[in-house]
Amino acid sequence: MVDQFNWILTIAIFFPIIGGISLLLIPQKEYIKIFAILFGTIEFILCSYIFLFQFTNGIGGPVLVDLNSTWFPTNIFNVQYYLGVDGISAPFVLLTGLLGLISIFASWNLSNDHRIREHFMWLLILQGAVVGVFTSLDFFMFFIFWELELIPMYFLISIWGSGRKHYSAMKFVIFTILGSAFMLVGVLGIYFSTDSFNMIELPEKLATAKLIIPASVLFLLTIIGFAVKLPVFPLHTWLPDAHTDAPTAASVMLAGVLLKMGGYGMLRVSASMFPNELHQFAWILALLGTINIIYGAVITIRQTDLKRLIAYSSVSHMGFVLLGLSAASGAGVSIGITGASMQMFTHGTITGLLFLSIGFIYDRTHTRYIPDLSGLAQNTPFLATGLIIAGLASLGLPATSGFIAEITIFLGAFQTWPIFTTISAFGVVLTAGYVLWMIQRSLFQHKLEKFNTLTDASIGEMFPIIVLVISIIGIGIFPSIISDMFSLGLQPIISNLQAIN
Amino acid sequence: MNSFITTDELLLIAPEISMVILATLVIILDLVIKNKSILNFVASFGLLVPIALSFNLLDGTSQFAFAGALRVDYFGVFFKIITLFATLITILISEKYSKKFDDYQGEYYALILISASGMMLLASSVEFITIYIALELSALPLAALITFIRIRSSAESGIKFMVLSALSSAILLYGMVLVYGFTGTTYIEDLSQIINRSLINSELTFGGGALLLGVILITCGFAFKISSAPFHMWAPDVYEGAPTPITAFLSVASKAAGFAVILRIVYSSFSNEQIGMDWSVLIATLSAISMTLGNLIAIQQTNIKRLFAYSTIAQAGYIMVGLAALSSLDGGQDNAGPAGILFYLFGYLLTNFAAFTVITLVSINTNSDSISSYSGLLKRSRLLTLIMTISMISLIGLPPSVGFMAKIYIFGSAMDTGLQWLAIFGVLNSVVSAFYYLKIVKIMLIDENENSEKIQLTTNMSLAGLSCVFGIVILGIFPGSIIEVAHRAVESII
Repeated sequence: MVDQFNWILTIAIFFPIIGGISLLLIPQKEYIKIFAILFGTIEFILCSYIFLFQFTNGIGGPVLVDLNSTWFPTNIFNVQYYLGVDGISAPFVLLTGLLGLISIFASWNLSNDHRIREHFMWLLILQGAVVGVFTSLDFFMFFIFWELELIPMYFLISIWGSGRKHYSAMKFVIFTILGSAFMLVGVLGIYFSTDSFNMIELPEKLATAKLIIPASVLFLLTIIGFAVKLPVFPLHTWLPDAHTDAPTAASVMLAGVLLKMGGYGMLRVSASMFPNELHQFAWILALLGTINIIYGAVITIRQTDLKRLIAYSSVSHMGFVLLGLSAASGAGVSIGITGASMQMFTHGTITGLLFLSIGFIYDRTHTRYIPDLSGLAQNTPFLATGLIIAGLASLGLPATSGFIAEITIFLGAFQTWPIFTTISAFGVVLTAGYVLWMIQRSLFQHKLEKFNTLTDASIGEMFPIIVLVISIIGIGIFPSIISDMFSLGLQPIISNLQAIN
Repeated sequence: MNSFITTDELLLIAPEISMVILATLVIILDLVIKNKSILNFVASFGLLVPIALSFNLLDGTSQFAFAGALRVDYFGVFFKIITLFATLITILISEKYSKKFDDYQGEYYALILISASGMMLLASSVEFITIYIALELSALPLAALITFIRIRSSAESGIKFMVLSALSSAILLYGMVLVYGFTGTTYIEDLSQIINRSLINSELTFGGGALLLGVILITCGFAFKISSAPFHMWAPDVYEGAPTPITAFLSVASKAAGFAVILRIVYSSFSNEQIGMDWSVLIATLSAISMTLGNLIAIQQTNIKRLFAYSTIAQAGYIMVGLAALSSLDGGQDNAGPAGILFYLFGYLLTNFAAFTVITLVSINTNSDSISSYSGLLKRSRLLTLIMTISMISLIGLPPSVGFMAKIYIFGSAMDTGLQWLAIFGVLNSVVSAFYYLKIVKIMLIDENENSEKIQLTTNMSLAGLSCVFGIVILGIFPGSIIEVAHRAVESII
């Protein structure tokens, strides 16, 4: 490995962090939003560039590499500054850039008096940290960014949140730190077995190294960290609280990209470094995935708070990711894992849109309690349309991206786990149930007097909704934009798994 | 060895000598000068002399002095510098606080300097009697310092410290006697040879039981100094009653000196596989108890100084992980454990003093040490909130802070030497600690307080706080240099 520096990824990580901190230096509060949007847009352009570069010049291995091995005394602690994107990470980088910008737009209605500088600072730092997670190819750096994302999220929820915000923020932090505590032991175990943190070389080294902890234990230690983040039943209880009480912008980031860090970790670490163990434990993933899907959906139907409803639906949808991964132990491995990645990407855009529309509706009605809402479609047709499109995509309507992801997962998993997949398929029915029922109760039915004064979306609010609708329908019609890239990046993992089968 | 004191030997202990001279100077100035605020200035600027002299000794050579009782090497000088930095920051943050002591300011600064000189001596001692004398030299002034606020609780703390300190010294001394009885020497260097020889010839007194008892007693004696469980009982009461800057000094400098001696003894004399194993199990158990106990009790605290007392017990537990991870045991990587201790202690120095800068200022301003007096601190001083928040992040062990790097390094050394269970214990404890550290952050940033009067910082205070924060972040991003220094220091004692 030769040291090289292309700078793009380094800039994509540190630009929003430095930009966010520099917001504190701007004296006039009126300009903060403008600067935040400017930074968000630049970051989005950077992320798109990274995605397009991988799209056009994609090779099997990582591109746009930033590698510097003088960061640590490598003879003592072999940590490198190693960034790069490949087919697995590039779509997530794009997703982070997109949702980062959208979460800034989602804070459009935040009043200038409400600690606005810090709000955008934490949002931008969060975005930088998440890009760091997706682009780090050194396990140590991956872990640093993984932990770094906690602090901004803690502040976003506990300062600008609603309801029991302190409780939820603390719960989020404790759950995540607990997960990453196990992951840290796993990371160190891997390092002291192979003397390397290099995520590209690790799969090969781990296959031959003499492990200080049995491989199955290492696999479980690392996957617990990812399972908390995804989240997997029974480690999911932080999610409804955190989502419900978080401000809209944080909810968008949380559901849109932070959950995907869990799934990404499962691909990058669990599937790629421990193919044998993934094969061995696939039935647990299938079982937990099915529980996630059905249990999540059943709980969702009972919800009366719009945000809590979407939060529980995320639990259900992330179950599909697990189900797709569990296909690793069968013939459908290639389709299943690609489907799981697709599901993560599409869920990011769909849930982003759901939280965004609900956030804007809440800004107007000041309530998210479904029985108090009614007939909103007549007062705020644009927002209602956004919510309906997101809802339909969420239930997997053909021509939306949700459909493609779910159908590929079912195709992949059915060959290995016919019973689990059949049960999970009922989750789709339940999804249709709660989404349509929610839309019916909150947007249609009779119009309420008290909502007569409501205004529809402003330009600043329309823009993010339109962007997300385009991406949802665009991927629904041309899924290959994303799926080809995922297949390319997942190729080494898939061929490893196929070799075991 | 020469029985006369030569100039070279005096040069080797020049930092300690200059400390004592500085202390004397402060006392004399106190007698002749009316304006006491100059004392702080003299003491802090005067410290630059021993700091410069210490750096001058940092040339990588190891030299013996005073008939082999002192060994001035990279390791010793590293700890001298830690002690000096701790002393410097203690004096800087005492600026406003010492006004409470009216006429006794001179004695206050002088006693700090004398105690520090004892700690510095301790870092270089390689002979049991010298170790004991240096230890007492550092502990006695502390007992006086703790009682400096003339209120009941402060006096109680002082007496408590005095009695327990004497008790632990006695235990330590008894352990040393047993080891001496077994080996016939008080020099740490010679111990290892004698122990190795007798282990090979299997000529163990009482099957080695006496030596083992000696090891245990010495460990107990030092466990008191580093406030590790189950010898931690004194810490909360003493920390609460002592003047705030002294609490900071106790929690960092005193602990660092304790670890310096333990490392020397373990490394030079008990690095033998068999004894090392006994030692490692003992330390690992104490470490696990210490961090669990400290963290669990810290959660319920309502007084910030008591909370920090329990936090420091937990931190002692983390540091002891490195002690348990002796590299000789499982063929692990070279000296990662002991080097981790040095790294961790340096990070802890920065982190704890950053926090205590804030605690001192808040306690002067609000006359209260309760955690609730931190509510709404953001509105009262942005700088203090920033310093405290970064310090808390470092104490939890989240990036980008030196606490994160040090924790990973020290737990990594445990993984490497086959102490996986201890590493898991450690990371789980960090999760528990996140709860109470973040609670402080939450109280500062989010809770409201009707008292929104601004807190004014003096130059000294902001200098101390900001340089600590700067160090925390820089070493959190680029820890390479300090890791290399720590390794060099450890290599100099083996």
